[in-house]
Amino acid sequence: MIAQQNSPLHTAPETKNRQNGPRKARPLLDPPIVKRALRDAFIKMNPAVQARNPVMFVVWTGSLVTTLAFLQNLLEATKGWITPFSGQIALWLWFTVLFANFAEAIAEGRGKAQADELRKTRTTTMARRKTKNGLEDIAASLLRKGDVVVCETGDIIPSDGTVTEGIASVDESAITGESAPVIREAGGDRSAVTGGTKVISDRIVVEITANPGETFIDRMIGLVEGAARQKTPNEIALNILIAGLTLVFLFATVTLMPFGVYAVNQAGGGQAPGIVVLTALLVCLIPTTIGGLLSAIGIAGMDRVMQYNVLAMSGKAVEAAGDVDVLLLDKTGTITLGNRQAAEFIPLPGTDVMELADAAQLSSLADETPEGRSIVVLAKEQYGIRGRSLDEKTTEFVPFTAQTRMSGVDMPGMTIRKGAVQAVIDDVKQNGGSVPRALAEIADDISRKGGTPLAVAVNHAPLGIIYLKDVVKGGMKERFDHLRAMGIKTVMITGDNPLTAAAIAQEAGVDDFLAQAKPEDKMALIKKEQAEGRLVAMTGDGTNDAPALAQADVGVAMNTGTQAAKEAGNMVDLDSNPTKLIEIVEIGKQLLITRGALTTFSIANDVSKYFAIIPAMFSTLYVLKGQKHGPLWGLNLMHLHSPYSAVLAAVIFNALIIIALIPVALRGVPYRPQSASKILQRNLAIWGAGGLLMPFPCIWAIDWLLVLMHLAPAH
Amino acid sequence: MTTIGWMQIALFALLILVFTRPTGRFMHKVFEGERTWLTPFLGPLEQFIYKLSGVSPQEEMDWKIYSAAMLAFSVVTAAFTYIVLRLQQYLPLNPEHFGTKHAPAWAAAVTPDLGFNTAVSFTTNTNWQAYGGESTLSYFSQMAGLASHMFFSAACGMAVAIALVRGLTRRNAKSLGNFWADITRSTVYVLLPLSLVLALFYVDQGVIMNFLPYRTVHTVQGSVQIIPGGPVASMEAIKELGTNGGGFFNANSAHPFENPTPLCNFVEMLTIFLLGAGLVYTFGIYAGDTRQGWALFGTMAVLFFIGAAVAYTQEARGNPLFSQFGINQSSRSLGDLGGNMEGKEVRFGEAASTLFATITTDASCGAVNSMHDSYTPLGGLVPMANILTGEVIFGGVGAGLYGMLMYAILAVFIAGLMVGRTPEYLGKKIEAYEVKMAMLATLILTADVLVFTAAACVMHVPHAAYWNAPGGTSTSLVSANTNNSGPHGFSEILYAFDSTTGNNGSAFAGINVNTPFWNLALGISMLAGRFLMMIPLLAIAGSMAAKKKVPASAGTFPTCTPLFAGLLLSTVIIVGALAYFPAVSLGPIVENVLMHAGRTF
Repeated sequence: MIAQQNSPLHTAPETKNRQNGPRKARPLLDPPIVKRALRDAFIKMNPAVQARNPVMFVVWTGSLVTTLAFLQNLLEATKGWITPFSGQIALWLWFTVLFANFAEAIAEGRGKAQADELRKTRTTTMARRKTKNGLEDIAASLLRKGDVVVCETGDIIPSDGTVTEGIASVDESAITGESAPVIREAGGDRSAVTGGTKVISDRIVVEITANPGETFIDRMIGLVEGAARQKTPNEIALNILIAGLTLVFLFATVTLMPFGVYAVNQAGGGQAPGIVVLTALLVCLIPTTIGGLLSAIGIAGMDRVMQYNVLAMSGKAVEAAGDVDVLLLDKTGTITLGNRQAAEFIPLPGTDVMELADAAQLSSLADETPEGRSIVVLAKEQYGIRGRSLDEKTTEFVPFTAQTRMSGVDMPGMTIRKGAVQAVIDDVKQNGGSVPRALAEIADDISRKGGTPLAVAVNHAPLGIIYLKDVVKGGMKERFDHLRAMGIKTVMITGDNPLTAAAIAQEAGVDDFLAQAKPEDKMALIKKEQAEGRLVAMTGDGTNDAPALAQADVGVAMNTGTQAAKEAGNMVDLDSNPTKLIEIVEIGKQLLITRGALTTFSIANDVSKYFAIIPAMFSTLYVLKGQKHGPLWGLNLMHLHSPYSAVLAAVIFNALIIIALIPVALRGVPYRPQSASKILQRNLAIWGAGGLLMPFPCIWAIDWLLVLMHLAPAH
Repeated sequence: MTTIGWMQIALFALLILVFTRPTGRFMHKVFEGERTWLTPFLGPLEQFIYKLSGVSPQEEMDWKIYSAAMLAFSVVTAAFTYIVLRLQQYLPLNPEHFGTKHAPAWAAAVTPDLGFNTAVSFTTNTNWQAYGGESTLSYFSQMAGLASHMFFSAACGMAVAIALVRGLTRRNAKSLGNFWADITRSTVYVLLPLSLVLALFYVDQGVIMNFLPYRTVHTVQGSVQIIPGGPVASMEAIKELGTNGGGFFNANSAHPFENPTPLCNFVEMLTIFLLGAGLVYTFGIYAGDTRQGWALFGTMAVLFFIGAAVAYTQEARGNPLFSQFGINQSSRSLGDLGGNMEGKEVRFGEAASTLFATITTDASCGAVNSMHDSYTPLGGLVPMANILTGEVIFGGVGAGLYGMLMYAILAVFIAGLMVGRTPEYLGKKIEAYEVKMAMLATLILTADVLVFTAAACVMHVPHAAYWNAPGGTSTSLVSANTNNSGPHGFSEILYAFDSTTGNNGSAFAGINVNTPFWNLALGISMLAGRFLMMIPLLAIAGSMAAKKKVPASAGTFPTCTPLFAGLLLSTVIIVGALAYFPAVSLGPIVENVLMHAGRTF
């Protein structure tokens, strides 16, 4: 932060290109991905793969059992509907497995497509390594930790490293998808460079910090491809729940066979439910919807984070983001615009404020940074000085550079400079001018208030100071209100003094602030919140942020940050936009909501399936004289046509609902920032009550279609 | 159905509501070792017990030690009861000389399998009775062997519930309290004094309390009747208060010596719910927000009303088959004695009988004042379903609360994700371990009921004369032991394992259960239903206790709202009953349709 105060214009190129929305979203069903997923869905039929998912493994086994039953019926040439019925059940059970595989494959496919794009950027170019005898050419893939390479304009940086010498603009579009270059320089918090990015100006010396296969891009590929994917804690718990329910229903269905035998003995006729119907019932009861979509939800969640240009090192971190109770947000660049706006011209004693405003405006006419523009506007609005065009032949604009830390304009007989106070003082002194003490005093005063002073000098004589003030980003107050509604506390971290901090905090609408924060203070705050049971998320970029990033439950490192920061955090924001933490939290919440919604839906579905299958499977028991079906057929509330059509309809519904819910699994259940009780109410109505009621008309319609297509008997 | 009948149900509910707060508050004080108004009188007794047994009540136990203590206590007391029952012939207070050569011809023997079944039954708070009390057990056996367990097992249940509550509400803790102190305190301050007062009240109502030998009398009709005696009132009090349900007599609370008057009946019903309802409030106090307790109470109350209303309306409607014979069942002309009165006592009437049946199965009591077997199919479905869903409607002392808390944990886990956070209950995160343990308990209970029922439906035994009825030749379990056929016979088998797994103890009867197969199978299902539920729950308690407590915020899943109570209700119905729906449809549901169609078995 201190560095930024001294060179406020430095951050301009990045600021300009920040984006909040996701990168160009891939269409939900991208044809090449769908094609690959279709193929993968069949490959995943391998029982060794299926065994990893207990619910789907049961369905897989059921498919096999019903297929064998069908084959037996075929061989024995069993008459009636039983053969086509068992054949169709077997087919739809295989489809159920296939659909679940497809869901997972398509979620993975989206990651793989992303990985392929990244792989294209992986460089095989040569690097120039520094040795005792000068430079030597070496393949980038052979570079190891500690090697030192030189990169010049047009070079692709061969591997991850730290700039040890020089300053350069680097095009990082290969990893961020953002074409505007960023500045990387030796020392400070902007020294990290990533392999695969391109130097577009100047020359830097880079010390390599990653061995082959361990580079950032390598890790990124591994992550998006799902190779490094591990089940998250919540996913494991949910898996246990659905596996447990599967076992419960296994007992419930298997015991129906003896119960049926008892009834047959007592009724003196009828049939105990057979293996095909029992398998159908079992598959309909076990939570196949969530079982089939669970891994797709997880992969898609990671993918969504990725679409926001955030690289999560683990699914666990994304999940934790949903649980976050406290957000620590750095003031600059997050809550306030990284670039400040001119608020006041403060002339030195004895100088006319109009003169200062005029000079400030002149020097800023060609300055396209937001700060520069704000100076022009302030001069115009407060002092009536209109912007004017200068004679281009005689006027020379001096752009800002990282070295001079000043910009300005040279006109005949007039040289104007504005910039960091120290830089201007140095410039004035070098040119033999004198600097009144008041200049530094004003500057200090502004700094104390949390503002940024810019000195203005005409012909190497200082005129005064431009007071650049923090401007709270538009819409932040609403976002913090949303967060508050979600139960998340926001804490602003700033190096400002408490007075300024309080003013900005109030303006921005954060819940709390930590003023004059040193890295240790940040750490202490995180530990304190964690001790009280809260989960803390923060962003950071500097090396001194690294311990806090590691301590926080969700630590998002800026891609522009140092290597240490990136390694300490569990996510890296490739756009280096600290506000994105809010989106990450929402994605985490959405991930959990999607799981809960589909689980609730899956369990609620069972009720309707019971009313289709139970009447059908017991329809031959206790049949009264003169009646076709037994008394339990009376539970057929949907008035399904026949026992065969009823069971088939339930099984088909069960398979199709997986396909129907793939978009929900991939996109996530829509999330609105609201209080938990409102969200619960809404989702219970949609997924709970919906899950209870929705299958009734669907099963009814499928039954109707089956009979219409002569796939099942009408009576 | 009559207005007076509905008013009885309403009055009952109102009184429970009134008693909940004071009882809950008092129990909280007791379990926290705080001073109550009874301390001056009973404190010395508590201290004396600690001194005698060398227990230091402040010593905290982690969940494993707590479970071990609970198990050790149960094993030792069960063994004690087994010995008392098997050796009753050598023990005092045996005026009918049961177990000796001089025993009357109608007396039954305590065989090893019956001894096992009975010892397990009373240890597990089930009080399943494969014997008739007055024809099998001496006064000493009933008092020392059985009534003692009515205190012990109730205290055990409360201790486990409180341990779970402590686990849910303590933060960063390793321990759950001291098992010995918990059972001592609940016995000394809650069960003993209340039982004493209730026993005196029952004596006043006409419940007998003596050690007299049985009397043989000649009735006016000229037949001979044997009238038993016994220390009944003292056992009656704890029978309901501790949701035990084991009757001194075979007819249980239908027997005039156990439950002579409507007032006595009403008090018995109140005492079944008293401690279960109070504990829900105690939980609220522990949670630091009594609304947490009231949310559970709300769910329980709704389920209670559904059960009571269904049972009453179904029974009052009567049996349609009777109407064909011109039998008047109308409650319009018969008052509360209209409807299906088979197996019900006229001194209680329809409402007080069906209410008793609902309450005794809402809780894991199992005392009965009417014969559930004689209910109409859907009327009988109410007690069956109450037990199948885990007896969480106020429930057995302690058992109801911990059962409902397990449902709450599952409800929070399933639906809680929908608010976008790792599910939390009372600020504690519910993670893989808790889900694993809760599912384990669910799985064991489901398998316990279904697998045993399936076996009893179709199995044949190798030695019919031993495993089935003595001297019998049929190897089929069904044909040798089941007296009813058709769906009702199935209901009876299902109800038996339902009742033992749920540690209820009431029966549909109709089965000859005093055989080695049934005694053993039911005994095992009682053990599984009790301890394989308690231990996973204590494990949850242990793991929850160690967790941090996340402060509540607007993002927290609210567990003290009507919405949550509704969610919990659906969880109990859907998750709790889903696995049993097919089985139930083959029992009461098909029986109901067949009855209306006029088919009997």
